[in-house]
Amino acid sequence: MKSPSLTVALFIPCYVDQFYPNVGVATLELLEKLGCKVCYPSGQTCCGQPLANAGYERDTMGATRHFIQLFSGYDYVVAPSGSCVLHVKEHSPTVPGLEKEQAALHGKIFELTEFITDILQVDQLVGKFPHRVGYHASCHGQRGLRLASSSELNQTPFNKARKLLENLEGLDWVELGRTDECCGFGGTFAVTEEALSIRMGKDRLEDHQAHQTEIITGGDMSCIMHLEGIATRNGQKMKFMHVAEILNQAIS
Amino acid sequence: MSHPANATEFLKDQAKAKWHDETLWFVRDKRDRISKTIPEWETLRELASQIKDHVLANLGSYLEDFERNALKNGIHIHWATDAEEHNQHVLRILQEKNCKAIVKSKSILTEECHLNPYLEKHGIEVVDTDLGERIVQFLNQPPSHIVLPAIHLKKGEISDLFHEKLQTEKGNHDPTYLTQAARIHLREKFLGAKVAITGVNFGIAETGEFVVCTNEGNADMGVHLADVHIACMGIEKILPRRKDLGVFLRLLARSATGQPITNYNSHFRSPARGKEIHIILVDNGRTAQLAREKFKNSLKCIRCGACMNTCPIYRRSGGFSYGSTVPGPIGSILSPGLDMKKHSTLPFASTLCGSCSDVCPVKINIHEQLYEWRQEITKTHGEFGKGLSMKLASGIFKSPLAYKISGSLMRSALKTLPDSLIYHPLNTWGKSRNLPETPKETFQQWYQKNRS
Repeated sequence: MKSPSLTVALFIPCYVDQFYPNVGVATLELLEKLGCKVCYPSGQTCCGQPLANAGYERDTMGATRHFIQLFSGYDYVVAPSGSCVLHVKEHSPTVPGLEKEQAALHGKIFELTEFITDILQVDQLVGKFPHRVGYHASCHGQRGLRLASSSELNQTPFNKARKLLENLEGLDWVELGRTDECCGFGGTFAVTEEALSIRMGKDRLEDHQAHQTEIITGGDMSCIMHLEGIATRNGQKMKFMHVAEILNQAIS
Repeated sequence: MSHPANATEFLKDQAKAKWHDETLWFVRDKRDRISKTIPEWETLRELASQIKDHVLANLGSYLEDFERNALKNGIHIHWATDAEEHNQHVLRILQEKNCKAIVKSKSILTEECHLNPYLEKHGIEVVDTDLGERIVQFLNQPPSHIVLPAIHLKKGEISDLFHEKLQTEKGNHDPTYLTQAARIHLREKFLGAKVAITGVNFGIAETGEFVVCTNEGNADMGVHLADVHIACMGIEKILPRRKDLGVFLRLLARSATGQPITNYNSHFRSPARGKEIHIILVDNGRTAQLAREKFKNSLKCIRCGACMNTCPIYRRSGGFSYGSTVPGPIGSILSPGLDMKKHSTLPFASTLCGSCSDVCPVKINIHEQLYEWRQEITKTHGEFGKGLSMKLASGIFKSPLAYKISGSLMRSALKTLPDSLIYHPLNTWGKSRNLPETPKETFQQWYQKNRS
């Protein structure tokens, strides 16, 4: 494992900041345990993803400019969200006057698990987590950032989060019926196509339930928020944790 | 009706919606398994994508080659700017031949041009000879899927329909029995038709021949018995060379149904003595789409339907929910180019999960084009554009997504307001989902307290 003497800036997506501060804390502590110097630049807002995916990318210029100015000075930017990182890299509009900084930023922003496996080059983590864990692959991380192999493609299977999780002592990895089917969150889709969104979420939960998942984990709290919201409403007893929370707890 | 309204309706019959999802997932799974038996699968996709890109970049000259070579082979060529002109060509040929009844094998292009109602209006009987298409034709429905036209129907429904239309035994659901009844019925129609219409899967520029792929052999049966063969072909169906078929036929069958090969890949090069072949080359919005830089590569589509089978939305809302000739993800990027207002909800009928792009045998970036259509649709201030921004303002800003922006105000409101107010009927998020519990502090507050 490499131990960078470089500074990692934490990018905590707004809904994680507001609703899941523990995920932010776990991400910070985990990176520190792995030897990183971590800071949290203050003044973070929304990256603009909800607007862009709803068809208003052009209205996110301000948010994007702010984002570049806030994070440009750091060696790495790391976020506990595949979806927000994908937005910054692929869907934020080009900001006139900041093209160079923007291009540089896109080369140094990472989702948490890919930062640990690809930049820190951690092959396996030593720790203990005696639970039966089902992994929800968020689509933007999976097919957008290629954090795991896609079931549609003819490629050697891989999964960056699994690589970190599966060697934890006692962790029992759940093999699902459909390994990478969408949960139906989809940002504004969750509201504009409510009936479909709920059906898709219920189907994912059924797959986990049928395979005796005890804890559903994933790299995006937006998907988890949606799945947990449905599970709670229907009295399903599964627990939900972000990958950062499991790793941070396991290796302490 | 909008896609969300149609999807909500479809999902009301939960058992049937689940069956629909599982049936199409079965097809996708079959495709996954067979594609993984081909070590060079991803190379094939890349090759197919490059060949199609090349064709689209040189479409004009390849179409001229194709026309010249087809004419040399004794084929008649007709050009149609739009659906109306296409239909007129067909009708004129039929009238010249004094033909009152035709058979037609599967052609999504003729669905797109609404050929059947046009011909029927002019007193011509049209019989679709693909079994699935015949079934939906009996029901006066369009196909709900481009490869599996009657996939929305269960055996029992088909049994009832055949009992009514073909006098089969009531309650006999046996697929072999029902198919046999359809064969006998169709045999009569084949024998009585002087003209047969087919679609075209691939037109080969270097030889002027074209290839029609069917599993049932119905295209061949119709064409061989008729005096005149009319082939309806979108101008994007061109391939440069016959050997390019070695790439496309391998991808098509496996992507469409998980078969190693389509049962009949029939090459038509020149008419038999005393017979005629006509090809109608149709634009109908294709050159307009070709001119749209962000959307032109949607024309690479070979109509395999794999994006429908993989789409978690299509599987749970059915083909009819899209209200367009080509449903599913590919339809949602093709249809707005034909009528953006009518199809304005389709690019939003997606979570942008990207499965369609990964399954596509010609590597169309379908989900990225869905994203780009959203940007276009909101610009035009069409009805849905307005509706959506209204929703953003009034709905989402009251739902968890909005807490991203409204922050602490919303958090404190959530802590103090009673559930009856939080889960009021206007909060779409909360209809069937709980909101997350509100933590006592944000991460920013925690960081300032503990780390600054």
